[in-house]
Amino acid sequence: MRRLAALAGALALAAGAAMAEPPPAPDRPLPDAAQEARARALFGDIRCVVCQHESIADSPAGIAADMRRLVREEIAAGKSDQAVRQDLVRRYGDYVLFQPPVRAGTWLLWFGPFALVLGAGAVFVWRARRRRVEVQPLTADEERALAELTAESDEAERG
Amino acid sequence: MIVELGAFALILALVLAGLTTALATAGRLRLSPVLAGAGGGALIASAAATALAFAALIYAFAVSDFSVSNVALNSHTDKPMLYKVAAAWGSHEGSLVLWCLVMTGFGGALAQARGLPFGLKTSSVAVQGALSTMFLAFAVFTSNPFARLDPAPVQGASLNPLLQDPALAFHPPLLYAGYVGFSVCFSLAVAALIEKRVDPAWGRWVRPWALASWAFLTVGILLGSFWAYYELGWGGWWFWDPVENASFMPWLAGAALLHSAIVTERRGALAGWTVFLAILAFTFSMLGAFLVRSGVLTSVHAFAVDPERGMMLLAILGVAAGAAFILFAFRAPAIRSGAAFAPISREGALVLNNLFLTAAAATVLLGTLYPLILEGISGATISVGPPYFAATFVPLLLVACLILPAGPLLAWKRGDLKGALQRLWLAAGLAVVAAFAAFLLFEPRKALAAAGLGVGAWLILGALAEVGVRTKAFRAPLAETLRRGKGLPLGAWGMALAHAGLGVFILGAVVETSFKAEAAAAVPLGGVVSSGPWRVRLDAVEVIEGPNYLAEQGRLTVMPVEGRAVERVVTAERRFFPAGGQTTTEVGLDFRGLDDVYVVMGERARADDGQQAWTVRVYYNPWARLIFLGPAIMALGGVLSLMDRRLRVGAGSRRKMEVKA
Repeated sequence: MRRLAALAGALALAAGAAMAEPPPAPDRPLPDAAQEARARALFGDIRCVVCQHESIADSPAGIAADMRRLVREEIAAGKSDQAVRQDLVRRYGDYVLFQPPVRAGTWLLWFGPFALVLGAGAVFVWRARRRRVEVQPLTADEERALAELTAESDEAERG
Repeated sequence: MIVELGAFALILALVLAGLTTALATAGRLRLSPVLAGAGGGALIASAAATALAFAALIYAFAVSDFSVSNVALNSHTDKPMLYKVAAAWGSHEGSLVLWCLVMTGFGGALAQARGLPFGLKTSSVAVQGALSTMFLAFAVFTSNPFARLDPAPVQGASLNPLLQDPALAFHPPLLYAGYVGFSVCFSLAVAALIEKRVDPAWGRWVRPWALASWAFLTVGILLGSFWAYYELGWGGWWFWDPVENASFMPWLAGAALLHSAIVTERRGALAGWTVFLAILAFTFSMLGAFLVRSGVLTSVHAFAVDPERGMMLLAILGVAAGAAFILFAFRAPAIRSGAAFAPISREGALVLNNLFLTAAAATVLLGTLYPLILEGISGATISVGPPYFAATFVPLLLVACLILPAGPLLAWKRGDLKGALQRLWLAAGLAVVAAFAAFLLFEPRKALAAAGLGVGAWLILGALAEVGVRTKAFRAPLAETLRRGKGLPLGAWGMALAHAGLGVFILGAVVETSFKAEAAAAVPLGGVVSSGPWRVRLDAVEVIEGPNYLAEQGRLTVMPVEGRAVERVVTAERRFFPAGGQTTTEVGLDFRGLDDVYVVMGERARADDGQQAWTVRVYYNPWARLIFLGPAIMALGGVLSLMDRRLRVGAGSRRKMEVKA
C-alpha cells in the first residue's frame, strides 16, 4: 500500500512536470470582431497539415496554432478570404484546404452526385412512361379475387 | 488455461462455420432437410463457440492476464472494471472476435427463423456460413487475440485513455450489431439470386433484418458522435472524417434498403434494386472495416493499422462482394419487375427516396475515396472535408426532405399529388411560418439557416399531419381518433417517429452549426469568459487523483450574461495518464434546455499581469441536445416498426402462403 502511495507521489511529480511545460502561446483573437469572425470561419476549412483529418480550428498541434496565427495576420493585413486561401495553397498545396479545387481531375467528385440523381431520375421517368402502356386491365375473375384479398388485408393492415 | 480454451473455441468456431457451408450446400443440392438442418445447427454451434472465445477474452482482460499479448497491449491493472471488459473489444483482434460473434449469432438466428422456404433458408445459411468462415479465418490466422507473451510483462500498456468512456464502451458492440447485421440481408439477397426467387415474401423476410441492423447502427453512430462531442473537447459532433464516413455509408444504404424492401414486400416492384441494396449495404460494411483497419486512410479513428491485414480484408471484400455482384449481374435481368406504377405514387416517392439516399451514399463514398484514387492516378493530393459535403451532400439531403412528407400520403400504384398536398397545406404553412420566425428571432440573421429550420419543422409537422390524416384527428370525434390511433399499425407509428426524428436532428444540426459561439481566454482564479448569452467564472482549480490518472479539475460557475437564469457549477478536467503519457480533457457540460454550455479546461498559462492562469474555452452550442435526440427518435421508430405484427417472423405469413397455394 505504501509502495502504491509512493508511486502515486512520483507520478504526481511527473504529471506536474508535464503540465508545467511551456504550453503553446494561447491564441490571441484579433481586436476587430468582424475580422476575428472571418478568421474563425476560415479555420474550419483549413487542414492541419501534420494531423489526421483535423482542421486548424480543432487541432491542438503547435503547427495548427502557427497556421491560425498566419491566417489572423493575413486577415489583419487586409487580405480577402480568397487571397488567404490562395496563399495557403501556394505554401502547402491543395491538400491544405478541406474544399477540393474544381478542375478537370475533380469533376467526377464535384458533379458525380448530381449527375447520378439527374441520370437515374431520368431513367426512372423514362421507364415509368414506357411501362404505363403495358398495364392491362384486370379480368373479372381477377377483380373478384382482388376484392376478396383487399377486404382481408384491410383487416390486418388498416391504413 | 481459459485463454487456451478460448483459442481452441475460436478455431472450433471456424471449423463449424466451414462445416455450415458444406452441410447446407449438400443439403440444398440433395434436397435433404436433415443435412440442411445440420448446417443450421453447425452455424448455431459456431456462434456458441465464438461466444465462448469472446467470453474467454473478456475473462483474460477482467483478470488482467498480461501473458496474453492483446491484454498486455490494451489494458492496465489500474483501469476500472468496465473499461477492462470494454478493452476486450477495443483492439483490432478483440473487435474482430466481436464482429465474428455478431455474424455467427445473427446467422444462428437466421437458421432458427421460421417461415422461410427450404431453398432460400438453406442457401442463405450456406452463404452466411461462408462469410463467417472468411472472417473467422482472418481472426484465427492473422489476428489471434489469444497469442501469449513470454515473459509476461508486469504491467499492461493501457488502452488509449480517450476511449475510457461509457459511451465508447458500448459504441462498438452496437455499431457492429448494425454493420454485421447487414450480413444477413446480404446472405438473403445472394440466396434469393441463387434460388431465382425474389418476390414480395422475400421482401418481407429481409426487412426485419434490415430494420434491426439499421436501428443498431443508428444508435452505434449516435454514441460515437456523442462521445466525440464531449470527449475530444472541440465541441464538434461530426467531422466528415473517413472513418465516420465508413460507418455512414452502410447506414445510408441500409436506410435505402429498408424503404425499397417496403415496395418489394407490398407491391412486388423494385425487387432487383432491393437485392442490389442488400448486397451493397454489407459491402459498405466490409469496405468500412477495410478502411479502418488497413491504414490506407489517415483518420483520428484508424486503429491497429497493418497493411498485411488490410490486404486480407481487401481479399475478403473482393471475394464476397465480387461474387455477389457477379451473380447479381447474371441473375438480375431475370427478376420480374412486379406491378407497374405511375411516377406519382407511393412507389414513385419511395423510388425518389432511394435515388437521393443512394446518391448521398455515393457522395460520401466519392468524398472518402477520391483523394486516395486521385493520388494513385495523378499524384495530386487533395483533402475532402466539411465544405465539400456541405455543398453536395447537404443539398441532396434537403431536397429529399422537401419531398419526404408527401410520400406516405400518396396511394400505392397511382397517387393523387394534389390530394396529398391539400392534406399537407397546414404543415407546409406552419413550416414556412417557423422559417420566417427563425429568420427574425435568431441573431445574426441567416437566411440559409432559417430555410434549414423550415425543412426540419416541415418534417416534424409532416409526420404529425400524416398521423393526423390516418387517425382523422380534428375531423372526427376524439374517441374515434383515439380508436384509430390504437388501431394504427406499429409500423405506421414507427415511420412517423423516424421521419420526425430526422426533422428533430435537422433542427439541432442547423441551429448548432449556424449559431454556436466560442470564446477562449487565459484567466486567473475568479476570471470570467463569455460566450453567447453565458458567462463562465473560474472558481477553483485542484489536482485530484483518479484510478489511473491525475487531473487538474476546475470548478466553474455558469451564469447568464443578462436575465435571471440560475447559476450552476460545473467541473471540467484535464487528465494526465502516466501509463501512456497522454493527456485528455473531460469537458464540463451545463445543459440549459436544448442548449449546451460546454466548458473545457486547458493548459496552465500566464495572465497578462503575470498571474497564474488557466486557458478556459467556453462553447455555447444552441439546440445541441436535438442533434443527439433526433437519431435516438429515429432508432426508436425503427424498433417500433420492428415490433409490428406484420414483420414478426411467422406471424401472418402462414395465411399468405395459403393464399398463394
